[in-house]
Amino acid sequence: MPPLLFYLLALITLGFGFMVVTGRNPVTCALSLAASFVGLAALFLSLDAYFIGVIQILVYAGAVMVLFLFIIMLLDIKTEEGKKVNFPAIVSGVFLAVLLALQVVMVSGGTDLAGKSAQTAPLALAEASAKMGKAALPTITKDLKAGELPDAKLIGFTLFDQYGFHLQVIGLLLLVGTIGVVVLSKRERSTAP
Amino acid sequence: MITLGHYLVVSGMLFALGLAGVIARRNIIIVYMCLEMMLSAANLALVGFSRFHLVNGLPDYTAQSLVFFTITVAAAEVAVGLAIIVALFRSKQSVDVESVTKLQG
Repeated sequence: MPPLLFYLLALITLGFGFMVVTGRNPVTCALSLAASFVGLAALFLSLDAYFIGVIQILVYAGAVMVLFLFIIMLLDIKTEEGKKVNFPAIVSGVFLAVLLALQVVMVSGGTDLAGKSAQTAPLALAEASAKMGKAALPTITKDLKAGELPDAKLIGFTLFDQYGFHLQVIGLLLLVGTIGVVVLSKRERSTAP
Repeated sequence: MITLGHYLVVSGMLFALGLAGVIARRNIIIVYMCLEMMLSAANLALVGFSRFHLVNGLPDYTAQSLVFFTITVAAAEVAVGLAIIVALFRSKQSVDVESVTKLQG
């Protein structure tokens, strides 16, 4: 990927993220968050994680943001313009964030892995199909031999081959979450008839 | 040349932005959005490590499975959290974090 494109996407992600933190109007914040997530999904695509990029858009920029906007409209929240600014919280928040960012920048340069780029660690699709041998599904080896990265197939294979139980636990979690939301948002009946 | 370090820095900065928002903002819905941003930043770091830690010449798909689980949990968490916020708004008529002081000793 050209470096310029990476910096553009990083700027979109971080710029809109900054607008989420500083915006006064909740609707502006929600739309900025959606834009930030789209930039993040593009960064995922640049890392050859096509499936993750697509579900990032579908789940976050689609479902989660619609839910946020729906709640904002439902509650009819006014912009908090009149309120006075909470200086100690802002100062401590910015201080902690700057400290954390500095620490991440310092740590990320220290590992051997951090120096790897797409040029020094290229994907080796043909070799991968040879190395996986008979353990892989025929459809995966076929795609690999054709020079394509069967991203969704490989994730699905990993999930169902190694993490079948975890997948079922996640399904149960979603069920419990659904029941919990219904119970939480049920309006309590008044005792009077 | 874009290395893993670049992605990690972007991820760390996004996480730091989210952290600043969680601490500094008073609107509970925006605090929640910033939480989502922090989760996504962690996902970016995971996908970055997955891409550059090659297994047999392919990205490490264990990490991407973890990202899949994280996104699922985050979606469930948003649904439950927003339901709690709606219930809170019903009882307090406010989404300001400082209006909720019942657990304060």
